[in-house]
Amino acid sequence: MSAAALAATLAACSGGGDTAAAGSAKTCTNKIVHADAPKVSVWAWYPNMATVVDNFNNSHTDVQVCWTIAGQGAPEYAKFQTAIQAGKGAPDVIMLEADQLTGFELQNALVDLSKYGAADVKKNFSAGSWKDVSQGDSVYAIPVDGGPMAMIYRKDVLDKYGVKPPTTWAEYEAAAQKVKDAGGPAFGDLGSNVPAALTALMAQKGAVPFTYDLADQKNISIHLDSQPAKDVLNYWAGLVKKGLVGTQDQFTTDYISGMVGGKYATYISAAWAPGYLTGSGVGKGKERGTFAVAPLPQWNPSNPVSVNWGGSTFAVTSQASDQKLAAEVAKGLYADDASLTDGWKTQTIFPLNQNVLKSDAFTNNAVDFFGGQTANKDIYIPAENAYKGFNYSPFSVYYYAQLQAETVKINSGKISGDEAATELQGIMVNYAKSQGFTVN
Amino acid sequence: MAVHGSTVTSLPHGSSNDQATPPIPPERTVRSRSEKMNARRARTGWLFIAPFGIVFVAFLLAPLAYALYLSLFTKGLATGTRFTGLENYLHAFSDPQFLKGVWFVVRFSMVLIPVQMAVSLAAALVLDHLTTRLARFSRLMIFLPYAVPAVIGALMWGFLYSPTFGPMQQVFSLFHASAPFLLSQDNVFYGLLNVVTWQWAGYYMIIIYAALQGIDPSLYEAARIDGASAWQVAFRIKVPLVSSALVLILIFALIGTLQFFSEPQILGPVANGSITPDFTPNIYAFNLAFGYAQFNYASAISFSLGIIVFIAVYVFMFATRKKGSTLS
Repeated sequence: MSAAALAATLAACSGGGDTAAAGSAKTCTNKIVHADAPKVSVWAWYPNMATVVDNFNNSHTDVQVCWTIAGQGAPEYAKFQTAIQAGKGAPDVIMLEADQLTGFELQNALVDLSKYGAADVKKNFSAGSWKDVSQGDSVYAIPVDGGPMAMIYRKDVLDKYGVKPPTTWAEYEAAAQKVKDAGGPAFGDLGSNVPAALTALMAQKGAVPFTYDLADQKNISIHLDSQPAKDVLNYWAGLVKKGLVGTQDQFTTDYISGMVGGKYATYISAAWAPGYLTGSGVGKGKERGTFAVAPLPQWNPSNPVSVNWGGSTFAVTSQASDQKLAAEVAKGLYADDASLTDGWKTQTIFPLNQNVLKSDAFTNNAVDFFGGQTANKDIYIPAENAYKGFNYSPFSVYYYAQLQAETVKINSGKISGDEAATELQGIMVNYAKSQGFTVN
Repeated sequence: MAVHGSTVTSLPHGSSNDQATPPIPPERTVRSRSEKMNARRARTGWLFIAPFGIVFVAFLLAPLAYALYLSLFTKGLATGTRFTGLENYLHAFSDPQFLKGVWFVVRFSMVLIPVQMAVSLAAALVLDHLTTRLARFSRLMIFLPYAVPAVIGALMWGFLYSPTFGPMQQVFSLFHASAPFLLSQDNVFYGLLNVVTWQWAGYYMIIIYAALQGIDPSLYEAARIDGASAWQVAFRIKVPLVSSALVLILIFALIGTLQFFSEPQILGPVANGSITPDFTPNIYAFNLAFGYAQFNYASAISFSLGIIVFIAVYVFMFATRKKGSTLS
C-alpha cells in the first residue's frame, strides 16, 4: 500500500520534472508565431531578447524559438550545471559568456558546431572573437557581442581639475594623484566583484594566466604569479593604498550612485557599460553628456594591447533533442540586421558581427551617452579589431571566486599585489591538481 | 508495540479480580480476539502514519541516502567518477575553506545565542509583567520581524547598511562623521549578528512568553505573600520554570546558526566581497555543487556539517539533560 503510494509520488515527481524540461515549449516567454514548426528552447538574458526572439520567429517558418530567462550570468550557469548533472532539463540553446565555454566543453555539455556549418558564419567575426569560441578546429558557440575595454571618464571632473585623459597607466596614476591632491574624487575603482575585468587588465600587460587546450584535456599551465600579473596587481594595490581609487564593488546601487554623483573620475570598463549605466539612470538629467570615452591606458604606448571583458555567445547543449536545428538557431538568433541594430542602438550590446562593425550607421553613430562622441569609430571598433583572443581556464567560476577573495584582501590593505599573486597561484594549482589535471 | 504487549501480560497479575475468574476457554477466545483487534489497530495505525511516512521517506530519507551515496564518489573535472569511500570526508575535515566556515559559524553561535536569548527572555519577562494595551501592541511589534521573510529582511538590512543610502550614514553625517560599513570584512560578523537577532528574537520571545503564561499564578501570589520583589519573582520563579523552553530555543538557535545560509547569501552581493563563497559551510556546499560542479564533494561537506550539528546538539542536550526534562 505505502510502497505503491510512494511509487506514485515518485512517478508524479519525475513526471513533473519532465514537463518542466521538455514542455518548456508550453511556457515560453515569447509568442510562437508558427505553431506547427518544431520548437527550440533557448535560455538567454539580453535585455532586448523579446525583440530578438520575435524577429527570429517572424522570419522562420521551419523552426520557432521558445525563450526563457533562467537568470543572468552565474544563476543561469548554476541551473545549467545542475541540468548537466541531472542529465536532463537543459535548454537546446544557451547563452553563455565566452569565459564559461571551456568549463562546459570539458564536461561534454556543449555540441561541436563545426559539423553543423559553423564555418558559414565564421567570416562575420574577427579572428580574436572566433578564437574565444573555438578549440582547435572545433567551434562550441556562435559569438554575439563582445566587450572591448576602454576608459570611460567624467569630462566635467577631469576639466575641473585640469587633467587630460591619461593614455598610459603611469599617466593614470599621476592624474589620480593630482586630482586627489586638489581634493577631488577617487580616480577609479577596484571592485572585487569584477575579477574578469582585472584578469583582462593582467592580460593587457602580457600575463597568460591559463593555457589550456581541450585536445589535451589533462594538462593545464597556470601562471598567475608571473611578473606581468604581479605588476598589474601591485599597480592597483598601490592605487588603493594611496587612496587614489575606490574599493566599491561594481554594479551595486552604491557604485551606480557614485557614478551619478561624480564620485569616480574614470571607469575602466567594456563597450557594453554605457548601455548598462544608462539603464541604471546614469548620464541623464543634468549629467547628460558629462561622460566621454578614451582608449584604455597602455603599459607601453608603442605597443598598445587591446583586451576584452565579457560578451556572450549562443551554444548548443548536448541535451538538445535536434542538434542540427538547434545549431541553426544558434547561428541565426541575434544575427539579423534588425536585432543587431536594436541591440547597438540601445547600447545593450557591442555586436561582434563584422557586417555591423563595418556599417556606416554603426561606425559614425554619435553616441548620446558620450555627448555625441563617435565612440565606436574612435575607440571601440579599433579596440575590437586589435583583440587577439584569450585562453580561458576550464574552471572560471572557481578562479573568479578566488581572485575576488584576493582583491578583497588587497582592498583592505591586508596583502600586497605580489602576495596576492603568489597565494592565487598556490590555490589554483592545488585546485587544478585536485580536479585531476596535470599542472605544468 | 513492545510496551503494548507488556501491559497486556502484566494486567492479569496486577488485578486480583482477573485471577478469580475461573473459565479458561473464554480467556483464549478473548485473547485471540484481542490479538486480531491489535493487528487491525496496528494496520490502522500504519495507515494513519502513511501520509507522513511517504513524505518523510520521499523528501527526507531518500535524498539523504542519495547524498550519502554521492559523497562516497569523487569526480574531478579532468577525471571520471570513481568510488573513493570516505576520502571526501577526510578531505573535508582537512579542507581549510570548510574548517574556516565551521569556525565562523561556531564563533557566531557562541556570540549570537546568548545575545538572542538575553533579548528574547528580557522582552518576554517585561511583556509578561505588564498587562496594558501597550504590552499587547509591543508583543506584536517584537514578533513582527519574524513574520518578514528572511530574504526580504536581509535585503532590507542591505539597504539600511548601505554607505550611500543608509539612514545610518545620514545620522552620522549630521556629526560630520562617516558611518562604519557594517558589512566590511572586519564588521560583517556584527552586521550579521544584528540581522539574525532582529529576525529571530521575536519568535523566541513568543515561545518563552507562552511558557510564562502556562505558569500557575498562585505561585506568584505565594511568593508575594512571602515578600518576594518583582525581580525575585522573575529570576527565582519565572526563569527556572521556563528553563525547558530556553533549552528548546537554544537547540533551535544552535541548529539554525550552524546551518547559516540565507542572510549571508542575500547580503553577499552588497558586502563588497567580505562574504566569500566559503563563508559558512552551507554556502560553501552550495557553491561547490552549483558553481564548481562538485556535487560529490558538496554532499560530503553537507554530511560533515550534519555530523558537526549532531555532535553539537547531542553534547548540548547531554549537558542540559537535568533541566530540560522534556528533551532528554
